[in-house]
Amino acid sequence: MHSQARRKFWIIASLLAPALAIYTVFMIYPLVGTLQTTFYQTDGKLQVFAGLDNYRKLFFEPLFSHQLLNALGNNFYFFFIHMLVQNPIGIALAAVLSVPTLRFKGLFRSIFFLPTMLSVVVVGFIWQLILSPLWGVSSGLLGALHLGFLFKPWLGLEGTALTTLSLMSVWQNIGIPMMLIYAALLSIPDEILDAARIDGANGWELFWGTKLPLIMPTIALTAILTFIGNFNAFDLVFATQGALGLPNFSTDILGTFMFRTFFGNNLQQGDLNLGATIAMVMFFIILVGVSIYLFVVQRRITSYQL
Amino acid sequence: MTFSVTRLTALAGTALVLVGVSAPAFAEPVTLTMETWRSEDAKAWNEVIIPAFEKTHPNIHIEYTPTEPTQYDATLLVKFQGGTAGDIIGCRAFDNPLNLYNQGYLGSVKDLGAVANFPAAKLVAWQTDDGSDTFCLPMVGTMHGFIYNKDAFTELGLSEPKTWEEFHTVLDKIKTDGRYTALALGTKDTWAGGTMGYLNIGPQFWHGEEGRLGIINGTAKFTDPQFVAPFAELARWGQYMAPGFEAQGYSDSQQLFTLGRAAIYPSGSWEIPGFRADGDFEMGAFKVPVEKDGDKCYVTDHTDLGIGMNAATKHPAEVKEFLEWTGGDEFAQLLADALPGLFPLSNSKPTFSDALATTFISWRSECEGTIRLPYQILGRGQPNLDAEISQDVANIIGGTQTPEDAAAQIQKDLDSWYKPAAK
Repeated sequence: MHSQARRKFWIIASLLAPALAIYTVFMIYPLVGTLQTTFYQTDGKLQVFAGLDNYRKLFFEPLFSHQLLNALGNNFYFFFIHMLVQNPIGIALAAVLSVPTLRFKGLFRSIFFLPTMLSVVVVGFIWQLILSPLWGVSSGLLGALHLGFLFKPWLGLEGTALTTLSLMSVWQNIGIPMMLIYAALLSIPDEILDAARIDGANGWELFWGTKLPLIMPTIALTAILTFIGNFNAFDLVFATQGALGLPNFSTDILGTFMFRTFFGNNLQQGDLNLGATIAMVMFFIILVGVSIYLFVVQRRITSYQL
Repeated sequence: MTFSVTRLTALAGTALVLVGVSAPAFAEPVTLTMETWRSEDAKAWNEVIIPAFEKTHPNIHIEYTPTEPTQYDATLLVKFQGGTAGDIIGCRAFDNPLNLYNQGYLGSVKDLGAVANFPAAKLVAWQTDDGSDTFCLPMVGTMHGFIYNKDAFTELGLSEPKTWEEFHTVLDKIKTDGRYTALALGTKDTWAGGTMGYLNIGPQFWHGEEGRLGIINGTAKFTDPQFVAPFAELARWGQYMAPGFEAQGYSDSQQLFTLGRAAIYPSGSWEIPGFRADGDFEMGAFKVPVEKDGDKCYVTDHTDLGIGMNAATKHPAEVKEFLEWTGGDEFAQLLADALPGLFPLSNSKPTFSDALATTFISWRSECEGTIRLPYQILGRGQPNLDAEISQDVANIIGGTQTPEDAAAQIQKDLDSWYKPAAK
């Protein structure tokens, strides 16, 4: 009996070892290394221990705390738009796609998912060209519809740039919630749906009363994936608005703030310790968000055994 | 006797063969990589300048490796820290390379013979504050001004404006006519507005070096009228720019001008090579307008690009050989021909075949020169002065900030880290 338990232990350990090794080398070690960097400051070629001074600078020196708050606010706005636009539309598209009588289902699914497979740089470039006041088609299109007065250089105005970027990102990423929820909808057994129909539910009631509660865990999962993706976002803003979050830091998010501080920009020199500190703050924000999801949200959502 | 002669010949023959075999081995060229942010110039370097150097110096092969300009300084620093930086280093002016020198990454070039071929005023950009050491050789200077579409000016019956009043009349006429965008400038890439707006026209208001040194010595402030006035002038520019200029980047402006859709492009001589390649219309250049005709003129004649040596290079002798060559007449002439508008900073007097470059260079003798304000000493602190000026210019042109407010904020932020007396 004893030797059998030992055997079992070694089998489990050997199965876990590769994943643990890869995870340690590529995730845990860089994370600890980053954390360590935040406690030091660069003096010429030397790294000098500075305790929590980088955190003090970031949170209490107006030069940095102002940028941090601005970036954090923009990040929340970015997330808000995604939750408000991307996920509901994603659910709607998935619901329509799962209608059994829909024709050309595969074609629509591919078209909706296509932008997700494009490189962010391509997406940024395409939209920049579409929206460009000089070369873009949007002003011409609006003009043809006698709506030319509606045209604005959306990516260049402080009031509209972040919303425009968020919508570009929504356009690109909408395929992911759509696919996840589509898969969840397909996994609902026909018996349950048939039973609901026999009870007299119409299509609308079927969706709200039967399908939606069953896919709630997937919707919550989509929300937390959106949260992680949005608070780690960087590429789209960098590709279209540069490291300064132009215009006037109105699209500056934590990712670009971190990049600019870490690597420097133009004549501004980089500060790797402060950059690492911002990265750590980002990590903790996401950690808190995910913890709330795991310990509060996920426990309250009822999962049904299908 | 005959025997020994034959033996001698054989011996000589063997020696010759040996030399013949070993000579190519000796001439195996050393490859030096050159770090720079000027990707626009890659063609001229790779096809003209480097081949000319390699022809006379077969022992050296040079690779030109440009980095994206806004990421150049950061990338270079990381490369130095990781020990992978190139052998030859393109130097920005003043504070950034000084910082690299202070950290021991840039070697001294003080003892090079070529140093004698540069005027002292140009060497300052790459020397320590006390002038005791020189860490880069000056290479390229650029001059600010306005480039315009001659065909458009002829078509509209306009002539080069000399005063601000004439400048505004010209802009108004172009705007009223409506066929051309009056000013090809956008505020999306903020540095463009800062460099081509404020730092372009500013010296005329603050009297070049007088104003620049005034800020450094603490005798002048950004809130003084001569520093607010250029902001006020820029505040008028928005109405003459293309609709949607807020989303118009630097390269958009360049294309707008080279496509012949804009009349005036506020910028500088460094655009000439690119504009020659892309624009197929007559171009002219006029200098920054003055208050009254006949007023003394000031021109930004910026020490833009220097060239230095990685202190850790494995081939210091070859790098020095190349640096010496860039200080000479042959290089100056090659640069003048291949990249007109990127003016050599040495005492060499190359001839310019490009009319536009000739116009720019003529201002050197007509006007008093100065360099870009935020580069020397003032670029060492946080918030970065150059970045702040650039952002404020974008705000002012867009109408979201007043010139007075911008000036007050800039001075306040400068005061937060810079104490003139403690230089």
